[in-house]
Amino acid sequence: MTSADLPLPGTRTQVNVSQTEPEIIEVAQATPRFEDSGGAGARRLRNDLARVVMWSAFGLAMIPLVWILWTVASSGIELLTQSVWWTNSQRNITASVRGGGAVHAIQGTLIQGLVTAVISVPIGVLSAIYLVEYGRGRLAKGVSFMVDILSGVPSIVAALFVYAVWVTTFGFQRVGFAVCLALVLLMIPVIVRSTEEMLKLVPNEVREASYALGVPKWVTISRVVLPTAFSGIVTGVLLGLARVMGETAPLLILGPYTKNIATNLFSGYMPTLPTMINQDRTETGLEPAVERMWAAALTLILLVLVLNLAGRLIARFGSVRT
Amino acid sequence: MSTATGVADTGSGPSPDSAPALSGGRAPGRIGDRLFSGAATGSGVVVVVLVTLIGVFLLSQAIPSLLKNQANFLTSREWEVAGDAPRFGIIELLWTTVSASVIAMLVAVPVGVCVALFITEYAPGWLCRPAAGLVDLLAAVPSIVYGLWGLLVVRPVVRPFETFLTDHVGFIPIFRSTGITGGTIFFIGIVLSVMILPIVTAISREVFAQTPLPHKEGALALGATHWEMIRTAVLPFGTPGVISAAMLALGRALGETIAVTFIVSTLARDAPWTWSLFNGGETFASRIANNAAEFDSPQKTGAFIAAGLVLFVLTFIVNAMARVVIEGRKAFTE
Repeated sequence: MTSADLPLPGTRTQVNVSQTEPEIIEVAQATPRFEDSGGAGARRLRNDLARVVMWSAFGLAMIPLVWILWTVASSGIELLTQSVWWTNSQRNITASVRGGGAVHAIQGTLIQGLVTAVISVPIGVLSAIYLVEYGRGRLAKGVSFMVDILSGVPSIVAALFVYAVWVTTFGFQRVGFAVCLALVLLMIPVIVRSTEEMLKLVPNEVREASYALGVPKWVTISRVVLPTAFSGIVTGVLLGLARVMGETAPLLILGPYTKNIATNLFSGYMPTLPTMINQDRTETGLEPAVERMWAAALTLILLVLVLNLAGRLIARFGSVRT
Repeated sequence: MSTATGVADTGSGPSPDSAPALSGGRAPGRIGDRLFSGAATGSGVVVVVLVTLIGVFLLSQAIPSLLKNQANFLTSREWEVAGDAPRFGIIELLWTTVSASVIAMLVAVPVGVCVALFITEYAPGWLCRPAAGLVDLLAAVPSIVYGLWGLLVVRPVVRPFETFLTDHVGFIPIFRSTGITGGTIFFIGIVLSVMILPIVTAISREVFAQTPLPHKEGALALGATHWEMIRTAVLPFGTPGVISAAMLALGRALGETIAVTFIVSTLARDAPWTWSLFNGGETFASRIANNAAEFDSPQKTGAFIAAGLVLFVLTFIVNAMARVVIEGRKAFTE
């Protein structure tokens, strides 16, 4: 990026200044980029207008955020204050009856999120290490490009892919683990990108100091570079986790809902918060189901927000030590 | 410089790659190096293989159904995937998906750029960080919650506006009234625009923040107002970033599933074709999600996978374009 790329008015102005020496007004008019927008009044007006537009754009962006949070919080808070919400499942509770809790769904979401993270984190972190520390040439370019593509793969396509492999090709049942596999596809690129950013922030001097002491490269990376970037990597993992836990499309295809507590990833259906919301949504008009739907949505938002905030706090207070 | 396994031998200076040679003949380090770089490279290859496999598997499952398809897959409006002579095509899905996503982009990009400018240029110091965090929070809201909120809360609010448009400018084909009162393409676009706003804002913000200070100071020194400085220094510098942000956001909008599935009004099978944005319809993602229960035979599944494949290709192209644009201007990627 050189300054020649920019329509910076500097050069032209200087030329014009020397041509229109005598009158100051003419000098002002001879600055082509800024003169063509009218007189001084109009320019000030435009400037003020732009300020108003920017502020109102921000205000506009805040409307949906406040609106969503308010809607979900006000509709869902009541059930969350009851202890049964956190201790019971929906077993034997029909849509028209109040009661029961969401512990089965919370459990399912947490288990699936955890297993997804356990699979994705090593692949993601190692890929990032490859890109930053080892990767040169075409393979590195290819990996980097594919990470971009993977981060753009719609969740429904990831789900279809796993369905095509898991169910159609191997003939397995739709179980919790299949959902995890689809979520892994969505989580890997998030982890790669955030880890990559963090590793790039580690100053090269740190690596060179380590090499100078005769430390092999892999020890340097695992004992010096990774610890330096650790908090940033944790942040990336938490943000990735927050993303996949709120994901619904793979669950619709691969993880049918059940009202019972289920912790086996390899057999039977596994309930999760998004599928619980989806289930209660279909019971239109039944007040208890609608209440549960909003409460489950609030629970999910809280879960995701806590992960997000934790990630951000770690990023804020534990940024790369130099 | 591809050998990073301690076999480096050339006098290429004290670069990280040749450094392990310093460990001399210490075998443990070398084996460790070899294993570690192997694991790292292997993980990188896994990513490449995964993306390739997605394409290959989707294609291999879609082809048998496509071969049996009696209708033109690209131009037909039918969707009859069962039986001996299935007839299905994607043109309606394509129209709904693309038009809703484009509406979302048309709304989200200008607003997102303005919000990014607000955060980088206008917000007072104490507000910068919180403002950025708040916009990012929009991205943290799960899409199923957007679906509920859009369907149950926002729909009644936007409805009168749509009626107003159909009443006053309904003579324009895309604003023609269709009698659909549920989720229209237009409305999906609005909800999607909220969902992709944080993507546009985050990337634009990052790029604007990297505008070289001399450019900005130069403009101001020449007597530019704050806005003129932005117009002549910040925006030209950030344009490739904004384009790429718009592309990434478009990719997200194209593939968005659950919110669209909740909101959209599916059409009757024999509904007449219309260009109106106030029509219902289904996107690729919502058609697949709505019919997950129908995946009981390879042929039916294959038809839906074919639709998914088109979506994959679509997002692939859009994301690759975003990547190319950002590569073109390396200044803010490295």
